[in-house]
Amino acid sequence: MTAPDLATERRDRRLLRRVLPYARPYWRFIALGVALVLVAAGAQVAGPYLVRIAIDDHIAVGDADGLFRILGFYVGLLTVGFLAAYGQAWVVNLFGQRVMRDIRRDVFSHIQRLHAGWFDRNPIGRVVTRATSDVDALNELLSSGVVMIITDVVLLGGIMTALLLMNWRLALVTFGAVPALFVAGWVFRRRIRPAFRRVREAVAAVNSFIQETLTGIEVLQLFRQQRRRAREYRVLNREHTGAHLDTVLCFSVFYPVVEMITAVTIAVIVGYGGGAIGSGALTVGALVAFLMYSEMFFRPIRDLTEKFNILQGALAASERIVELLSTEPGIRSPENPRLPARRDGSLTLNRVWFAYNDKDWVLEDIHLDVAPGEMVAVVGHTGAGKTTLAALLLRLYEVQRGSVLVDGLDVREWDLRTLRRQFSMVQQDVHLFSGSVLDNIRLGDPSISEADARRAAEEAEISAWAERLPHGLDTRLGERGAGLSQGQRQLVGIARAMARKSRILVLDEATSSVDTETERAVQTALGRVLRNRTSLVIAHRLSTIRGADRIVVLHHGRIREVGSHHELLARGDIYSRLYELQFEPEAALAVG
Amino acid sequence: MLDLWRRLLPYLARYRGRVTFGLVALLLCRVFYLIVPQVLERAVDALEAGATDRMWTFAGMIVGVSLGSAIFRYFMRWYLIGVSRYAEYDMRRDFYARLQELPAAFHARYRVGDLLSRSAQDMNAVRMVLGPGVMYPVETVITTIGCFGFMLAISPRLTLVAVAVMPVVSILMKILGEKIFRRSEVVQAKMADISAVVQENAAGARLVRAFAQEDSQREVFRRENEAYADRSMRLVAVSAALFPLLLALIGLGLGGTLVFGGRLATDGAITTGELVAFLFYYGYLTWPMIALGWVVNIHQRGAASMKRLAAVFDAEPLASPSALPEDARGWPFAGDGAAIEFDRVTFAYPAPAAAEDDAAPRPVLKDFRLRIGAGETVALVGRTGSGKSTVARLIPRIHDAGRGAVRVGGRDVREIPVAELRRRIAFVPQDSFLFSMSLRENLAFGEPDASDDGIRRVAAEAGLAGDIEGFPDGYDTVVGERGVTLSGGQRQRSAIARALLLDAPILILDDVLSAVDSETESRILAAVRRAALERTTLIVAHRLSTVRDADRILLLDADADGAARVAEEGTHDELVSAGGLYAAMYRRQMLEEELERL
Repeated sequence: MTAPDLATERRDRRLLRRVLPYARPYWRFIALGVALVLVAAGAQVAGPYLVRIAIDDHIAVGDADGLFRILGFYVGLLTVGFLAAYGQAWVVNLFGQRVMRDIRRDVFSHIQRLHAGWFDRNPIGRVVTRATSDVDALNELLSSGVVMIITDVVLLGGIMTALLLMNWRLALVTFGAVPALFVAGWVFRRRIRPAFRRVREAVAAVNSFIQETLTGIEVLQLFRQQRRRAREYRVLNREHTGAHLDTVLCFSVFYPVVEMITAVTIAVIVGYGGGAIGSGALTVGALVAFLMYSEMFFRPIRDLTEKFNILQGALAASERIVELLSTEPGIRSPENPRLPARRDGSLTLNRVWFAYNDKDWVLEDIHLDVAPGEMVAVVGHTGAGKTTLAALLLRLYEVQRGSVLVDGLDVREWDLRTLRRQFSMVQQDVHLFSGSVLDNIRLGDPSISEADARRAAEEAEISAWAERLPHGLDTRLGERGAGLSQGQRQLVGIARAMARKSRILVLDEATSSVDTETERAVQTALGRVLRNRTSLVIAHRLSTIRGADRIVVLHHGRIREVGSHHELLARGDIYSRLYELQFEPEAALAVG
Repeated sequence: MLDLWRRLLPYLARYRGRVTFGLVALLLCRVFYLIVPQVLERAVDALEAGATDRMWTFAGMIVGVSLGSAIFRYFMRWYLIGVSRYAEYDMRRDFYARLQELPAAFHARYRVGDLLSRSAQDMNAVRMVLGPGVMYPVETVITTIGCFGFMLAISPRLTLVAVAVMPVVSILMKILGEKIFRRSEVVQAKMADISAVVQENAAGARLVRAFAQEDSQREVFRRENEAYADRSMRLVAVSAALFPLLLALIGLGLGGTLVFGGRLATDGAITTGELVAFLFYYGYLTWPMIALGWVVNIHQRGAASMKRLAAVFDAEPLASPSALPEDARGWPFAGDGAAIEFDRVTFAYPAPAAAEDDAAPRPVLKDFRLRIGAGETVALVGRTGSGKSTVARLIPRIHDAGRGAVRVGGRDVREIPVAELRRRIAFVPQDSFLFSMSLRENLAFGEPDASDDGIRRVAAEAGLAGDIEGFPDGYDTVVGERGVTLSGGQRQRSAIARALLLDAPILILDDVLSAVDSETESRILAAVRRAALERTTLIVAHRLSTVRDADRILLLDADADGAARVAEEGTHDELVSAGGLYAAMYRRQMLEEELERL
């Protein structure tokens, strides 16, 4: 065995160790499935044996009535065989579905433990694939794969037993075909594997070439290079066809070879068996049964060869799943979480440095105290780090240097969920789940009654437009809230925050897309909510900032100015320019 | 189905020699194959007669006949399946060629991933129709006819008994098949629901964490997960019956054959050998019955996929005359030079395929007029969505005017072969796309035969030479997906160099300097100014500093209907002192630049 083979073997075994525990609770299903396999295979194997009895004991002696007894017996056998096969398929699928359900549950559950940064690195499509098609591929390994192999082996064993019982000498001669078949299968696999690899590579090359053409189609056409590009494509296309023809050749040779092995086996049975009949060691019926068995014999062996490829695919999928399940959550609750001594709603960022990657600082040396009940507005140009600042308070990301304190306690000492329950957050781009408007306000929080949610909807000015929806607040929203305008979605986000009785409010440009009319009403409501709560407001609008106790100006990741609106305006520095850019009437004229 | 074959036949027709040869091989393979039971029949009869010494002769015959079958089986597969690969090659070539020629309007309608899956999955589904989709039905028909012929020859009455189960098999398969189809659709829909939950969960990862909703999300997922497992088992309840039922029915036929055939044998109506041969023929019929459902499936899927391929094959490429009109030799005319004119142009972007709105798309340009004199440098500015890029893109016919005409050198652009038109326009698109090849090849993309000196010159002009020398392989550095990742500014400068290399009388820059810092910008602008001296130049810009030196600046703004109109026009200084929209925009940009520096 070569080194890569050994490595593959080790990998396979490691994967099985992770996956098998999922099968353990359901071992009874598998046991039942195997028992039923035995019955079903027995019924299948009995067919040719009955032919033997029919020929030798009845046709040969002219006993036509005995044939009906055999038929009766055979019909009974078929019924049992059918029921067993059906039951087996059912129970094995039940097993597969249960295991997949559990794995899928764990995959999803584990994803919930991973921190926000993980999602920045893993595209959504990949996450979905892990929980869906990869788990499905695993099913091939767990149910169909394993059970099919067991079925094939049992069938093979049954046939061999029947043959040995009828005439062990002829049986042994017949078995000579088995090594021949395995050798043929082995040679075939050795040939087909590089051929398949070549196909995979050719397919990938063609696909990425076409993808590049499609992405750059405009440049390609403007610079009139279609003919040249088509020439390059021809080379890849030719390789694609050549690679496939390779596999066609492999199969074209393999099937006739198998056919020949079968034929030689039949010929040997006829030739050798004929002699045995001459010497009285074999009956004509047994010979016919031998011939029928030899036809049945080859199917499971061929199947076993093909199953091998499916299993390889399943293993690759399980490798990806195991990798995901082994991903450590980047942020987790401490072993022994503490509770703050006082719950006053104070916030502190203590010399905080943060970067999404490495030393690409997004926030540098941020120092900010928010007193209990205070409202602090954060303003800054696009990319100044405002949203990041808000995320750090909830420990959605981990600071690299410094510390974040909530209620005077470091967020790393809080139980993660208790910490996050202290906050209500409204994001600029409000994410909506499929479900009704009310569902989206409650977000599955059992502590929020329907009446609470309705009141919040009222206060956030949702009710006005929700009335026009077919079922009011109970109208189901489509995928990602399709059908709602950006402004309407922000209102849902605000209602969400209003329905929660958290002590700290974080608004991230919460009303940037709400029209002025609605904005005014929402402001009034927000004013009520903000009262007696600590709040951090990232603002886009002057009206929001005016009510703030303090304004913090974030610029290029640093706090550059702090003060009231009038103080800052008087300074005539960053804030005054920001003010002119963002808040003056001209701001309506958004360039860019 | 008809449409599928109408489209496929021409591809197959090219290989009619191979197809014919493959079909002949198939026929011969089956003939030899069907002879084997005949040999067995004679062997068994000989045994009954006690002629056991002739058995090895029969054995030899079996091997000989099977060898014939095996050899022709090889040819059958190699030719018939091989042909499907050759035809696929041709189809892929045509598909690709068509994709390349389809205009922007088409590509705007279809996502890249969508077209890719058409060129991969759908193409393969159609290929299956040509390979297995042809081979297996023919094989089935021949086998069925052959088996029936031999069975009828042995005993018509026994044949009737044996095939009595066949209609039952077909009917049951159809009923079960439909049930399975319906239930698997439900299962697929449930799987889509699961995907949607995961998709939403991942998209809202921050929200879920911020609101500590992990558990309620788990509950949502649990419900969908259970529902999926439940529906899957409902499908299994039917699908698990399919194969066992088939086996049982076939076994039933076998039992009937055995009993009835046994009676015939004891009565002496048929020999034991004939009964054995009959049983073998009966066994041969099993596979075609199973394969039939599969073949139908291949054809159905192929037809669906062909429909998706047809959307590309039937799309109209840009209409363009094959040669310059007689009276346009020497275009663009020396007198008129490469002047550009928009004559009452109306244009609207086509509605995306998904939109179900009946309302006609709103025009971006309506009766739009513009004249750029030969050698003039004109800049277009305005807010996002004001239509300035659209104007630029109408000139090289990335889009075509709906009403009115765009003229270059006095000629409607639609009267000029599109290759001739584009050869005269050096266009720098907004998205500065580079191919995964060396920088040298990228810069020389429009002039593959350009000299090294020429390439170095434009690289220097675009302010790129220094960057390239810093790369490990200099001009041979491969960029793009499989190579070095360039910064946005480097890509834009490469795109500019690529355009400057063209010896074209018209230069168009479609908002290309947004991703470079102001220092690089001024260097590039100097190069562009030099290039613009000899060319008719249109600069579409977002940053106003880019256009300060233009002969004329046009500010586009939407009118009441949302269509673009020229709101202000003049030189930079004129517009600033006019104190209108341009002046306001300019002040804002100055302010932003100031902020950046703070």
